[in-house]
Amino acid sequence: MSVLLQLSDVQVRYGAIAALKGVTVEIGAGEIVALLGANGAGKTTTLRTISGQLHPHEGRIFFEGRRIDGLPAHEVVGLGIGHSPEGRRIFPRMSVLENLQMGAYRFGRARKDDLDRVFALFPRLLERRTQDGGTLSGGEQQMLAIGRALMSRPTVLLLDEPSMGLAPLLVQQIFDIIREINEQGTTVLLVEQNAVQALSIAHRGYVLETGSIVMSDAASSLLVDPRVRAAYLGEGAA
Amino acid sequence: MCLTHNFWGFFVPGLANGFLYALIALGYTLVYGVLQLINFAHSEVFMSGGFAGLFTLNWLIGKHHPAGMSSVGYVVIGCVAGAVGGGVVAYLLERVAYRPLRRRHAPKLAFLISAIGASYFLLNLAGKEFGRDSRPIAQPFTQTQTDPLFKIFGTGVSLYYAVIAVVAIIMLVMLDRLVNKTRLGQGIRAVAQDADTAGLMGVDINRVIAQTFIVGGLLGGAAGFLYGLGPANVSYTMGFTPGLKAFTAAVLGGIGNIRGAMLGGLLLGIIENLSVACISPSWVDVVSFFILVLVLLVRPTGILGERLGRSA
Ligand SMILES: Nc1ncnc2c1ncn2[C@@H]1O[C@H](COP(=O)(O)OP(=O)(O)OP(=O)(O)O)[C@@H](O)[C@H]1O
Ligand SMILES: [Mg+2]
Repeated sequence: MSVLLQLSDVQVRYGAIAALKGVTVEIGAGEIVALLGANGAGKTTTLRTISGQLHPHEGRIFFEGRRIDGLPAHEVVGLGIGHSPEGRRIFPRMSVLENLQMGAYRFGRARKDDLDRVFALFPRLLERRTQDGGTLSGGEQQMLAIGRALMSRPTVLLLDEPSMGLAPLLVQQIFDIIREINEQGTTVLLVEQNAVQALSIAHRGYVLETGSIVMSDAASSLLVDPRVRAAYLGEGAA
Repeated sequence: MCLTHNFWGFFVPGLANGFLYALIALGYTLVYGVLQLINFAHSEVFMSGGFAGLFTLNWLIGKHHPAGMSSVGYVVIGCVAGAVGGGVVAYLLERVAYRPLRRRHAPKLAFLISAIGASYFLLNLAGKEFGRDSRPIAQPFTQTQTDPLFKIFGTGVSLYYAVIAVVAIIMLVMLDRLVNKTRLGQGIRAVAQDADTAGLMGVDINRVIAQTFIVGGLLGGAAGFLYGLGPANVSYTMGFTPGLKAFTAAVLGGIGNIRGAMLGGLLLGIIENLSVACISPSWVDVVSFFILVLVLLVRPTGILGERLGRSA
């Protein structure tokens, strides 16, 4: 396995508050890696730091062997890191199609085959392509957020809680699609509260606790780990 | 009743003023869209356009009396000079008065103070360098401004008003296309709706903000030239009243809303001038600011609403 994305002892602060206290994570080409943790553990902060919205005050981030932790967000996406942010962040007064075109901003204009691919993954978006992003349902917005990130043709896709607020049937559908995207060749870093489902499609997983990685293992091992089960499934004490 | 005898006679000059207000108002609204900030130094962007047009035409035309196609050429040159002057000053404002504050995540109040400071600086610099008297621009056409060019409903429309209308309509259409059809427009709309996420999509936010200032400056600068070409002439204080009125127009249409600024500008110009007919010319500024207060009280989001980055 060749390492595609590497965080090495990354520390991030919000003012005086330390949000990440030395996070080391490696993501291999072609993997789905799950990043789990309780509310406030630092999952979103980790993704925002990778994509250049935050900058570590200690530590380094490498992507395809190149150091990227000083780059601004708009340059990071150009390297091939797509990010579907927490809370979906759809442009509310742009249509579905315009939102997808924003995803392809770095190319100047959206390529037809990229649009076709997104519409094949999410036929609902094709039906709604002229509707304003702000008037989509939560589930549709989530599909649009993932589709928009795919429009930049990412090598690695960062997904921040893609199943948040969705009905169980749709959750299953979203996880199936994430697996499909991965099988089409995109590496995925998946942040989830929905630990069981995330681990069931992931190859490996990391557990964050108040800014530090406390566990990292194969997804199948984490899935049966009593500490993980205690934390996420309420199964007795660890 | 006050309007029955000469409605169009008041409407036409009001409309011409309205076009100028619309061009200036767009500068406020575009910048508000990307920064949620009123650029109170925009009146000096307008003034800079006036001086740029003045110096260029006075130098090129001198004592000649152009006619025909060369008149058209001089009008175009004057507009371009005004636009470039406005664009350059707007860009410098962004770099000097705003960007350093953005980098330091300064509070909103700091931006306001910086804007007012920059405005005073530019105003007094122009007064010191270019003199305190108002100066006429060498006329690009021999026909006098007030001679009617053609008639609408029995009212003569002067060449000056016709020039304003034509230039303004061309610029408004170009802006509409820029915002809705180009990559820069796409970036401006994205930054206005959600700047952080625009960055994730690959939009260089600082670059888009600078370009937005420039676009607003081009429109405001050209308006400064057109305004100075008229009876008001060019002076270091010329930006103050039109600037405040255009700000009113932007609020009237819905701040941040591009079509709102166009509509608000036209409406304000017309209402203001019709009120001249009904009350008295000395009330004209009072009426404008009465409208501002009224909008803020009754419908603070303006006629079309505060819709940042709306495409259509
Ligand atoms: N802008 C901010 N300013 C100050 N503190 C912040 C900011 N954003 C996040 N934090 C803090 O940093 C810590 C990590 O936040 P983060 O959003 O990364 O958590 P998370 O793991 O994504 O949580 P959740 O599951 O609730 O989304 C939290 O304690 C949070 O309060
Ligand atoms: Mg989070």
